[in-house]
This record gives sequence, structure tokens and C-alpha cells, in this order.
Amino acid sequence: MIGIEHYLVVSSILFVMGVLGIFLNRKNVIIILMAIELILLAVNINLVAFSAFLSDLTGQIFAMFVLTVAASEAAIGLAILVIYFRGRGTIAVDDVNRMKG
Amino acid sequence: MIQVISFYLFASILIASAAMVIFARNPVHSVLWLIVAFFNAAGLMVLIGAEFIAMLLVIVYVGAVAVLFLFVVMMLDIDFAELRAGFIKNVPLGLLLAVVLVAELILGVGAYRAGAVKLGIPEVGPATVSSSVPNIEAIGNLLYSKYIFLFESAGLILLVAMVGAIVLTHRRSHGTKGQNINSQNMRRPQDATRNVNQPVGQGVEL
Repeated sequence: MIGIEHYLVVSSILFVMGVLGIFLNRKNVIIILMAIELILLAVNINLVAFSAFLSDLTGQIFAMFVLTVAASEAAIGLAILVIYFRGRGTIAVDDVNRMKG
Repeated sequence: MIQVISFYLFASILIASAAMVIFARNPVHSVLWLIVAFFNAAGLMVLIGAEFIAMLLVIVYVGAVAVLFLFVVMMLDIDFAELRAGFIKNVPLGLLLAVVLVAELILGVGAYRAGAVKLGIPEVGPATVSSSVPNIEAIGNLLYSKYIFLFESAGLILLVAMVGAIVLTHRRSHGTKGQNINSQNMRRPQDATRNVNQPVGQGVEL
């Protein structure tokens, strides 16, 4: 029988996958953005699972707002990436600290 | 029985494709694995009766966000081999952190299973799920009544994101002539035309 714990374990593994992705691909911003999407997906699974478990729809409403923020974050992040690439010709983030101040 | 089988199917493919997202050599493959992950997460959500969020996940993530990623990855001409240079160096610390984090989270789930901390008696409110109303209808009822201002602010966030993305990436092209609405509206007849009493047989002075 599938309970809330199964969903929580899946979403926590997914969350950790996202964190690991940020750690491993520290240079590649595109993969970092995708890892952030994975983290937000894990959060959404958690919200929806608790919403179904407690039979309270507020969790699903909140998951929708998380989805909205994730979409706008991806759009802005990729726009910043595009202008960064235009200026520098690379997307390596470990020398971003050149833009001080 | 079929629920258990489909849960484990969706969950295992979800986690495997999430691993492929972060381990794939080519970012285009990463994006495609991300799409697989989103589909399986939508499957997990359908399984517990949240059809609306599942469909939203497919439409928004697969239809918009993943395609946006795909566009950007293909548009930028990047040497991805160079970006992977530090990958092996980061593996030990990253794996250690991942193991610690997953142990903590599963410990938290175990503690939750041992008996949740009671923060109060769940009340029957407007957000309580009733079995007679379908999921989408119930969400609509709640979203357009109790959460109307949050809903509108979500729209505002999307608008700001759209304007921001356009402002950031817009390049004003030189050499093309545009329309200046302001100077068009400022134009008066007396500045632009004049009356001339033109004698016969002479050329017009322009």
C-alpha cells in the first residue's frame, strides 16, 4: 500500500538530486538552472502529496504558485544567461565575480 | 495492486531521469531527460488525484520551460567539454553532501511516520476536498474566491518576468528607421504647411 511516506521519500531523493547537480556542475549555469527546476519539482510533489493526504486543496493551490515562480525564474535566468554569453562568449560561472559592485 | 506497480514505475523512472539530467554529458540530453522527469512527476500526481496540477506540470514545464531551455542550449555556441572540467574534482564532496542530506530527509520521514506532531485538529474549511466535486472544479472554486488576490499576483509575477526577459535580451538594431510616435503627435499644421499666392508662369519655390 502506498502511503504519504513513499511520496516524501521520492521527493526528498529528487531534492537531493537537484542539490547534487548544483554541486557537480558548478561551472555550467544551464545544468544548474535545470537542477533548480528539479528541486522545485520535488517541492511540488511534497505539496501535492500532503494536499492529498490531508484532503486539503490549499497544497495544490500553493503548488500552482510554485509552478508560476519556477517558470518566471527560468525565463529571467535564461535571459541573464543569454546577455552574459553575449558579453563574455562563455557561460562559465566560476569567474562571474568579475562583475563586482 | 496496479496503484503500487505504477507508483514504483513512475518513481523509479523519475529518479533515474533526474540522475541522467545531472550526469548527462550533453546539455541537450539533459533537457530531454528533464522532460521525462516532468512526465513521470505528472504521473505521480495523477496517481493521488491531483489531475489539474499534473496537467499544468505537463503544459507549463514540458511545453514552455523545457522548450525554453532547449532553445537557449541550442542557440548559444558553448564548448561544453571545457565546462565539465571540474566535474570529477567535485564528485567526493558532492556525494558526501548528498548522502548526508538524503539520510536526514529520510530520517525526517521516519520520524513523521512514528507519529506526526499534532499542531491542531484539522478543521473542515473551504479547502477541504469533497469526493463529489472533481479536482479541477474544486481548484477553480477555491482559486477564484479565497485565493483571488494570490492568483492575480501570480499573474503580475509572470508579467514582470516577461517584461524583464524582454528588456534584458532586447537589442536595439542600428540602421533601421523606426516610428517616433511622440514627434508625430507633436506635429501641427502651421509648422508643416504654408499658403502661397503663386504668380502664373513662375516655378514653385519649395
